[in-house]
Amino acid sequence: MPVDISDTEGIEKETLVCMYRKLLEIRRFEEKVWDLFGRNLVPGTLHLYIGEEATAVGVCANLTVDDYITSTHRGHGHCIAKGANLNKTMAEILGRKTGYCKGKGGSMHVADAAVGNLGATAVVGSAIPIAVGAALSCKLRKTDRVVACFFGDGASNNGTFHEALNMAAVWRLPVVFVCENNIYAMGTRISNVTAIDNIADRAAGYGMPGVVVDGNDVVAVYRSAKTAVKRARSGGGPTLIECKTYHHKGHSRFDPAKYRPPEEVEEWMRMDPIPRFKAKLIQEGILKKEEAEEIDRMVVEAVEESARFALESPFPEAEEALEDVLVKAS
Amino acid sequence: MSRRVETVMRKLTYVEALNEALREEMKRDERVFLIGEDIGPFWDGAFKVTKGLAREFGTERVRDTPISESCIVGAAVGAAMTGMRPIAEIMFGDLLTLAMDQIANQAAKIHYMFGGQLKVPVVIRSPFGAGNSIAAHHSQSLEAWFMHTPGLKVAVPSTAYDAKGLLKTAIRDDDPIMFFEHKICYTTKSSVPDGEYLIPFGEADMKREGDDVTIFATFWMVHQSLKAAEKLSRRGIEVEIIDPRTLVPLDKNAIVESVRKTGRLLIVEEDCKTCGVGAEIAAIVAEEAFDFIESPIKRIAEPDTPIPFSPVLENFVIPDEKAIVKGVEDLLKA
Repeated sequence: MPVDISDTEGIEKETLVCMYRKLLEIRRFEEKVWDLFGRNLVPGTLHLYIGEEATAVGVCANLTVDDYITSTHRGHGHCIAKGANLNKTMAEILGRKTGYCKGKGGSMHVADAAVGNLGATAVVGSAIPIAVGAALSCKLRKTDRVVACFFGDGASNNGTFHEALNMAAVWRLPVVFVCENNIYAMGTRISNVTAIDNIADRAAGYGMPGVVVDGNDVVAVYRSAKTAVKRARSGGGPTLIECKTYHHKGHSRFDPAKYRPPEEVEEWMRMDPIPRFKAKLIQEGILKKEEAEEIDRMVVEAVEESARFALESPFPEAEEALEDVLVKAS
Repeated sequence: MSRRVETVMRKLTYVEALNEALREEMKRDERVFLIGEDIGPFWDGAFKVTKGLAREFGTERVRDTPISESCIVGAAVGAAMTGMRPIAEIMFGDLLTLAMDQIANQAAKIHYMFGGQLKVPVVIRSPFGAGNSIAAHHSQSLEAWFMHTPGLKVAVPSTAYDAKGLLKTAIRDDDPIMFFEHKICYTTKSSVPDGEYLIPFGEADMKREGDDVTIFATFWMVHQSLKAAEKLSRRGIEVEIIDPRTLVPLDKNAIVESVRKTGRLLIVEEDCKTCGVGAEIAAIVAEEAFDFIESPIKRIAEPDTPIPFSPVLENFVIPDEKAIVKGVEDLLKA
């Protein structure tokens, strides 16, 4: 029996089912990407989000299409959770012309401006100030939009984290900082480089609420983010949410992750957010087992279609490398 | 290449001209806002470029920040990506190092790496230049770093007239702009028309016409070259001074055309000689006007040291009028 998660009481069925589908979309999509990589169809490297899906899904379920996110090198999950088209995402990861960035970005740089995904930056910590700027813009334009800023435990030790959280707090900006604490920054254990147990404790030092949440409990993430988004939208300022989570694969596609103790990996596999949520939905009678499995089948089909689309798409013309350096060259 | 319009109405300092440009653009477009350290009502900017603007437009649009250069630029980038037209001030050009990731990896690359989906219409203003005995952390000229980074446009005005017209253009441009100012130029005056005008990027200005030697110079070195030119003129030597006004885009044609006419090129620059802007200019001329060069291209530049404090030391490393006169003489002898 999977480890229990929070009760879903008060959350609409539609939201719950939608979150379940999104979790599966990310999982199946990345399994497919992993498979394509093994067949030498994905250039470069991959940083997979498998195991962390509940964080992106629980947060983004509180956002509208007008809200913004910033993402990281481990960004496929954020992208899909915010509403990306799977075909265009897959095509980008495969370096095709039909991808979101016309093959210029790849796995580490997917953006989807149409739904407010301001893009994945691959310099750790670099998007935190950008999220603050987007939130400032939301405020100056007198909108009620909010920004969710995703980053990892490693980024929390970069100077940008400090500068950005301070600035967001002093200006009471509509931003939710979401720290995905997956215990490792590449091979470095967070406890070896950080003297406190909870990164969320730092929030007090900036004058904002800090919340620690089980990042593999999508309902708990959803509820924490709901409070933070409401606070941001109503002018109450930023919140730091720390989601404790784990990626099942190594840091990147080339990392066998031998620095992780087997019992730790085993424990986190038991905490896998998807079976936990599925069991909850069935236990509470929100979905029947067959319905849950039907959703999975539909997701697998959509993911297969995205792979077909990407593989059938052309690569860019080589000379396109010269385009889009500037909006207007002179 | 354009010549200045001679509809002189009044003399303004470089600082006053920049201030006017900011005021006019803030009035014209409510998306324009300012963000930086001490630019607001308590200090009016370290060099007073933002004087009075917080009182006129309010502190929501003229935002004093914490001392957080990376976040100042990053926040400006994020605001630019989402519909605003921010102008960030970094108090000294030397401090751009603290924001280098946001400038070189984010602002410069966002449009490209996201396949043109997002624009970053941000202006990052910052002053360069030595001459005030404020030593190694407040005196550098680092424009070559940014000229070397694809995705940025780079402005380097030398006069009040150029500063105003270029800044207004920069604010309306959809690309990220590094708008560099010069601390010694700040107090210089030039004629600025009363009415609105814009100066396009990529159009050099011939600051002086002559047939004997071409001088390529920016910022304060334009003024030093003009003084040297007057001296040389009394001895019958007429130099032509090309001020590119923007380094990206660069008016290569103006430089090449002038060298084709004079056959001689002297590059005067305040940044370090090695891999400085002048190295690029020399390479362009070698590629595109080699057959017209009558004597080897000459560079006068900062001799690859940090900027020292004591006036004796500082004066030694920054090119001056005398060095320029000698440079021209050497070229004509060669």
